Amino acid sequence: MEHAEGQQHPIGLYLKIWILLFVLSTMSYLVDYLNFQGYLRWTLIIVFMLLKAGFIVAIFMHMSWEKLALKCAILLPPLALLVLIGMMAIEGEFTFLIRALFFG
Amino acid sequence: MTQTSQANTGEPLASGGDWRSTVDDGLKDIASDWGSDKDAFKDVPWGKAMMWIFLVSDTFIFTCFLTGYMTVRMSTTVPWPIPSEVFALTIAGNHIPLVLIAIMTFILITSSGTMAMAVNFGYRRDRNKTAILMLATALFGMSFVGMQAFEWTKLIVEEGVRPWGNPMGAAQFGSTFFMITGFHGLHVSIGVIYLLTVAYKVWRGHYEDTDYEIVEIAGLYWHFVDLVWVFIFAFFYLW
Repeated sequence: MEHAEGQQHPIGLYLKIWILLFVLSTMSYLVDYLNFQGYLRWTLIIVFMLLKAGFIVAIFMHMSWEKLALKCAILLPPLALLVLIGMMAIEGEFTFLIRALFFG
Repeated sequence: MTQTSQANTGEPLASGGDWRSTVDDGLKDIASDWGSDKDAFKDVPWGKAMMWIFLVSDTFIFTCFLTGYMTVRMSTTVPWPIPSEVFALTIAGNHIPLVLIAIMTFILITSSGTMAMAVNFGYRRDRNKTAILMLATALFGMSFVGMQAFEWTKLIVEEGVRPWGNPMGAAQFGSTFFMITGFHGLHVSIGVIYLLTVAYKVWRGHYEDTDYEIVEIAGLYWHFVDLVWVFIFAFFYLW
């Protein structure tokens, strides 16, 4: 197998993504610095976080060039975690209400 | 069964043809990978597939920690300490919120950039540049751990944060903070050792008879550490 088989992409692509990640990090820092609160804050934090995570996985970790079989095997199982997060959010809310009722 | 020949051409899948044929080719690709008596992911180096599977398991561990943090933060009736205030630093008389964490974030992203380029030079078989870029990545990683040690020291000595309580608010703040950032810092530290080992072997020419996918595999681990930090930064420091 020839070595040209591996992941070869122009350096410029990495530099662009790098700059983009810098910009996104600056923006997520500004969310705190400019003291946004409430739903605006949470939405912006999650949007910038998901964009950063997406670019890191897709470009830096080369996921967008991998075979679909590998993409599915790696990216689908973590979705099960959404169930855990959902159940624990219900549990957390419930515990909070009970505590407020008995100790509040 | 028809063998699709569009294996790893180095082109993003989306760029060839419309999405329908992309999906179609992808499904045929899955069928030919999993429907035969051969290895699944057969054009993927085994080390890379194994690293990905390890990273999936690590994703579950970190998500469990972050979910635990979410649960205790949601369920406490005591106000949560404001991270923006807790992690503020006074530099030259200016009170700047979260400044050390922002610098740490930029350092980790920079190290991801140098790592991505090291992978690239590895596939070009440029040993010196690969080793130097990996060394730079490891140095950024070390400075990250150094700053984290400074942050922990300040929090423990000056702010009086303990795993069982702190003067600012909810007691769970300390336990989740030390557990999550500690586990992440451990990953960074292990990554530094891992990168230095691989960089040394690249420099010595140990991988001359391979395709240098070993650098990409090390890179996957390093980018994952950066990826986890993105989530910690969002949920612990900014939320």
